[in-house]
Order: sequence, then structure tokens, then C-alpha cells
Amino acid sequence: MAELTYRQAVAAGIAQEMDRDPLVVFIGEDIGAAGGVFKTTEGLFERFGPERIRDTPISEQAIVGAVMGAAMTGLRPIGELMFSDFFAVAWDMVANQIAKTRYMTDGQVSLPLVLRTANGGGLRFGAQHSQSVESWAMAIPGLKVVAPSTPADMLGLMAAAIRDPDPVIVCEHKALFAVKGEVPDGEHVVPLGQARIARPGSDCTIVALAAMVPRALEAAERLAAEAGISAEVIDLRTLIPLDARTILDSLARTGRLFTVEENPRVLGWGAEIVSIAADEGFDSLDAPLVRITAPQVPLASAAVLEDLAMPSVERIAATVRRRLDEAR
Amino acid sequence: MAGELSVSRDARLAMYRTMVECRTFEERAQQLFFEGLVRGTTHLGNGQEAVAAGFAGAMRADDYTFCTYRGHNHTLARGVPMAPIFAELFGRGSGLMGGKGGSMHLTSVEHGAMGSYAIVGAHLPIAVGAAWSAQYRKSGQVAVCFFGDGATNIGAFHEALNLAAVWRVPAVFVCENNQYMEYTAIGSVTAVERPAADRAAAYGLEAIVVDGNDVRAVHEVARTAIDAARAGDGPALIEALTYRHGGHSRADPGKYRPDAEVQAWLARDPIPAERARLLAEGVREAELARIEAEATAAVAAAEAIARDGPEPDPATLETELWSDGGSAWRN
Repeated sequence: MAELTYRQAVAAGIAQEMDRDPLVVFIGEDIGAAGGVFKTTEGLFERFGPERIRDTPISEQAIVGAVMGAAMTGLRPIGELMFSDFFAVAWDMVANQIAKTRYMTDGQVSLPLVLRTANGGGLRFGAQHSQSVESWAMAIPGLKVVAPSTPADMLGLMAAAIRDPDPVIVCEHKALFAVKGEVPDGEHVVPLGQARIARPGSDCTIVALAAMVPRALEAAERLAAEAGISAEVIDLRTLIPLDARTILDSLARTGRLFTVEENPRVLGWGAEIVSIAADEGFDSLDAPLVRITAPQVPLASAAVLEDLAMPSVERIAATVRRRLDEAR
Repeated sequence: MAGELSVSRDARLAMYRTMVECRTFEERAQQLFFEGLVRGTTHLGNGQEAVAAGFAGAMRADDYTFCTYRGHNHTLARGVPMAPIFAELFGRGSGLMGGKGGSMHLTSVEHGAMGSYAIVGAHLPIAVGAAWSAQYRKSGQVAVCFFGDGATNIGAFHEALNLAAVWRVPAVFVCENNQYMEYTAIGSVTAVERPAADRAAAYGLEAIVVDGNDVRAVHEVARTAIDAARAGDGPALIEALTYRHGGHSRADPGKYRPDAEVQAWLARDPIPAERARLLAEGVREAELARIEAEATAAVAAAEAIARDGPEPDPATLETELWSDGGSAWRN
């Protein structure tokens, strides 16, 4: 086992797949000699050279469009969008072109591509560099969506995304880049569509994603220590394909379900989870389904306001404790 | 420079045949739209056949075509059979894409017809990607990307041209300047006179303007640009001046265009012009009449096959979203 940061795991995952398959190529802004603005691509340019690692102009439509054109003609390209907010600039390419082309052509066109991006809040970057866009992508038929929470998953899910025959959006949480963790030796691949029970528990289920996973885990430890509550924490890992089975199985054991998202309230991915739970897990429910989210506002830049918006360890723990107390 | 490159008699007749087939197909498609058999919308290419035929005649079988929602001509010109195109227009399960795409998205990968794109300008960056792929794979393929004059004012046009030029990818960008975007004249909303050619210098490219109603002139610039791209000399941007005989789409009568202008362009119809030239060169009337009769028969036969095609199987509604053939998003 080697210890890598989440940031290093990004490059390690890409390198593992570029070593394996010469058709894997990678383009984006400042990804080459500069190593990426978040230093997630350091060393790739030196190792794989300018034919496979290409800097682009600040042209998000061209980046995403070129990745699509390359994917439909035999390559397995990766494109970086520096901040996930910039998806809005290229949304035609993502939502109208990449997502729909296989279906519209009745399977004539395959698009084995990855769009990777720095997603999420917590760094005081303000409303246009802090969004969580995974729910945007999740809502479009034809896109797979990945959001790892640990270095090992970052590496393994990146590898799976690159090998996948369909378009995958990889949301790398920028608040996690410095987090360290053990990564298995040798080739590491984590299949898409398998949630992970990050902490077993019996009193309630907390479903989280990306940076909300470590917060949910810490909240679960506090709940155990301070209130004797045994919370099960599920790291979703991928939104599409969605591992609804693991969630419903957990709910059947615990009878209570919470989702933790840093998205604004309306139609974040947690809404789909509670919808499924209400429909298919109704007989397991001992209490109302609870979504813990940001309020329906853009993220503010000031530390006090951003921290207030994003679900904190304290808010997660307090919400779970209050709702469980109410149900008793 | 017209006439510098030799074009065989067979090649000239092949391009004539392509133009006639396109025209015959489109005229029938329009009638069938008015009869209600073609649903939704259509954007016909009547009047612009010389661009499609001139370029297709200059392409290698494995080159890529990217075109727009006005893409019937370009799809036909790559050799895609008429029957599945008609069936797609009719919404049949036997359609080119099983009825999932429609008139605006005709695609036949096996013919190099890599898609008809219905969001203006979107396919220019995609064509850059296909050309980059050919460059990386050293396949010798060229991507030819057709778009309307309206696309020259959208961001994707500029992003694509710049990236194509910087990476020197084998792509040929062809602006079919038919003078009108939808209902508005391109000149009234564009800062330069030639919407594509006048922008070429911004990307270090030569300003190339060609008479888009002269199939031989088109063919010549096409060969020059495609050969150069294939040889590694980078992309080209070509502006072909042409005119659509009908309106923008569906039942649009095109009343926003002055009568005198329409009449002047109808008098420059590319098909009679090429026909007269072929006759003057000694091709016999009977040979041209036979090409025309064969096109008419081919369109009628294709229509009959398409009419007999089945409605889409309801089971296909949820197929082919993913490469496993299905559309599952959860377990």
C-alpha cells in the first residue's frame, strides 16, 4: 500500500490507464508542463509527451467538442474543465451533443470519453468557482457521473471511467485534493455503480458524496460518542449508475434515511434518493426522509457565509440527533 | 484557377448524378412533408447541391463528413442509401437511426457521415476532434465540416477554427453561405462582408471564396484543401457562395427575400448550369436523361420501401443510450 493524496491519485489514475492503452489522450487548459492549476496532472506531460497530453486555449466548447469528435473516431480521450462551473460554458456540447448522440444515432456512435473537473465548495472562491454540478449532469440521460471521496477511489474510479465505453463526468472535489489515504499496490479499478458502506451502523443511514463523506463520517463518530446513536454512512461514489440497492438494503436495516449534499436545495441528487426510498423503501421507514442541503442560494465567498451554507459536521450531527429524538 | 486540376469524365458525371439525386430526393421530401408523411421539420438543400457533390467527389471513402440539420444533400452525397433516409424522415423503425434521430440528425458512420447537427455551430469543435484523432492515429483521414453562414457568428466557430489552426489538424471547414441565416440576411447582422472568409486571417488561414453553384469550382477548391490537409499542411476555411431555393424550413415560403434576388439565383441553378456544360463538352443528351430518369426511379423506389417500413418497435424506446445497448441508470 502506498499513501497518496487525492490530488496525486488523479494523476496516478490517468497514468495507469495511459500506460495500458495508447489510445488514451488528455487535453485541457494548463494541464501540460504547468501540471494543472490544482496540480492534479503533475508529471503526466513529462511522462507521456506533447502528443498525448495537450494544452488547449481557454475554449471550453472546443475542449469538450474535440473530446467528443476524438471519441467517436477511435480514441479514448480525457478532457479537463478546470472548474466545474465552466461546464455551463460548454453545456451544449455536454447535454445536447455528447449525452444524446449515441441514442439519436441508434447506437452507431460510441463515445468512450471522460470529462474531469474540479467541483464543489469550501475554498472561499465565490459563487462561480464553487458549485457542485453533479446533479446537473445526473439529470441528463446519457451521462455517467462519478464523485470520489478518497484517494483510493479517485484512482480506481478514474481508471474505470477511462475504460468505460460511454461518457463519464468525473467530479473531483477541490476541498479534498490535500487529503491523504492508502492506495492499493498494482492496478486498481473501482467499478462504476457500486456504493461503499464507509461506516456500518444500525440506527440510521446517512448517504453522502465526495466532500460530504468525511463530514458525515465525523458526524457519525460524534453521534456515537455523544448520543449513543449508531449511524451507517454510505459513500455513493457514483450517481449514474446509481447503486439504489445498497441504499435500500441499508434503509431496511436502519429504518431512517438522511442525505447530505452541498448542492442548493431544489432537485439535488438527494431528492432522487428520497424519492426512490419513499417509493420502494416505504415499508422500512420508521421516520420521515430527511435531506440535509445548502439553502437555495448561490455559494457566498465569505468564510462565515459559505460555512453556513454547506452542511457542516455540526449541522449533520445535530439534524440526525434532533430527528431521531423526535421519532422516539 | 478553375480547370487546373483534371477531372475525369466519369467523375464529372458522378457529381452531376449526385446533384440530380439530391434535388430529386429533396423535391419529393418536400411534397411528402406537405402530404403529412414527413413529420416535424425539414430543412431542404435545394439549390446548394453543388457544394455537397463537389466536396463528396473529392473525399476518400474513409474521410469524415460533419454537416448540419440541412444535411440531406451531404448524407446522400456520401452514398448513404435513400430508403433508410426516407424511412427516418417518416419516423419508421427501418429508418437510418431507427426513428430516433429524424431529419435533422442523419448519421451513417459506415459511410463517413458522422452526423447532422442541429445546434448551430456545435459540430465545428467536434470535427476538430475527429481530425485530431486522424492526426494522432496517422490514418490519413480528413474531416470536412459543412455549416451555414449563421454559424460564423457563434462562439464555437471561433473556438474551433483557432484550435484547428494551432494543432494543424486535417480539417476542412466549409461555410455554405446561402445569404440568409433563417429569416434574416447574414449581411445585416455581420461586421464583415464575407462572414467566413473575412474571418480566416484571424486564424492564420487563407481567405477562400468559391462559387458554390459551380460544382467544378467547388470540386477544385475541395481537392486542393483536402489534399493539403491530408498531407499535413493543416486546416482550411472555404466560403461557398450559394442560395437555397426554398425557405429556411418546413413550409417557410421565404417571403423575406426580394423577388429579383430569388430570380437571379434561380437563374444560376447549379444543375442546369452543369448540364449545359456537359452537353457542350459532348456528353449526349440521352446519357444525361438516363441519369435523371434513374434518379427519379431511385427516389420512387426508396419512397416505396420506406412507406412499407414498420413503425418503431416500442421496445426500442429505452435501447442504445449506453454501449451495452440499454439505458439502465440504477440497480
